[in-house]
Amino acid sequence: MEFDNSRPIYLQIVEKIKKDIISGKLERGDKMPSVRVMASELKVNVNTVQRVYQQLEQEEVIFTQRGIGSFVTRDEQVVKRIKQEMSYELLENFVQGMKELGFDSSQILKLLTKYMEGEPGGSIKGR
Amino acid sequence: MEVLKVDNLKKRYITKTVIDDLNFSLDEGKIYGLLGPNGSGKTTLIKLIAGVTQPSAGNILVAERKIGPATKQLVSYLPTINHLPKWMTVDKCLQLYKNFYQDFDAQLAEERVDMVGLKGNQKITSLSTGMLGRLKIVLAMSRKAKLYLLDEPFNGLDPNSREKVLKMILESIREDCTILISTHIIHEVESILDEVLFLNNGQIALKGNVDDLRFQKKMSIEEIYKEVYENV
Repeated sequence: MEFDNSRPIYLQIVEKIKKDIISGKLERGDKMPSVRVMASELKVNVNTVQRVYQQLEQEEVIFTQRGIGSFVTRDEQVVKRIKQEMSYELLENFVQGMKELGFDSSQILKLLTKYMEGEPGGSIKGR
Repeated sequence: MEVLKVDNLKKRYITKTVIDDLNFSLDEGKIYGLLGPNGSGKTTLIKLIAGVTQPSAGNILVAERKIGPATKQLVSYLPTINHLPKWMTVDKCLQLYKNFYQDFDAQLAEERVDMVGLKGNQKITSLSTGMLGRLKIVLAMSRKAKLYLLDEPFNGLDPNSREKVLKMILESIREDCTILISTHIIHEVESILDEVLFLNNGQIALKGNVDDLRFQKKMSIEEIYKEVYENV
């Protein structure tokens, strides 16, 4: 995994795990690798992964059974929630980026519809 | 627990103050980056902790002990210079470390010598800068020390060797030890660090958790480095 060094690395790993859960790469109830194993796979510090697990536990995305290990939540609602949260974040970034380019809401909607229909976005070059 | 505690530390070389009233401590189980431009006092600080040079004033405690023979058993120090006798072979160096340090894991060291592509019968004189660098890090990291002091461990190493060294460092961190790495090659180490200390004119310019700093400044540690030393 390549990291963007300008953002906290633990957050990038949190996002990666959430994506894996949403996409089904990690299934509900799956056992998570130990902190040490994940740290050596990702070539990061053990403490960084520790922080990842703490964060995921706090958000109830994973749960820990003492002495056995950590597991992906079995709760479907949680998976739905993180999917919603992540999609909202993507939308937020997209809309903010478009507004910085000077598009207003209705223009953004129009462009998005066009884009989804597979039409090149008119005045947008390189598309 | 604090593995290292530095109190009001000062080091003067005749007319120049290199370490100027330094106070900080390092916790167990963490990897610290010691960053700063040339002449900021990194090597002097590491030498003071290793006990190879004496402070002008102040106190250093390693695992609550004053610097001396007892702390040298707890501290694994990787100097920038070549500290290995030139006539020795790689195997002899391993033997030397084994005789010198009770916590040296000779078997692990042999595996690592192999891993970094060295051979036991090679003489130190015949090693290139990069090969010597790899051997030095193998020796330093194969001790089960309380505190590892790595002074510029990536100097003269090619990208592949650097990656192997990084992996070795990551494998070696245990909950009851601390690693302090001084380096200029920030880009490659910043993903393995817990905390950074920025040194400037013998004082701490900035200290903190790397992910917290990235979060606050929305910058990489390398970019923060450039910002901190921009006006220097």
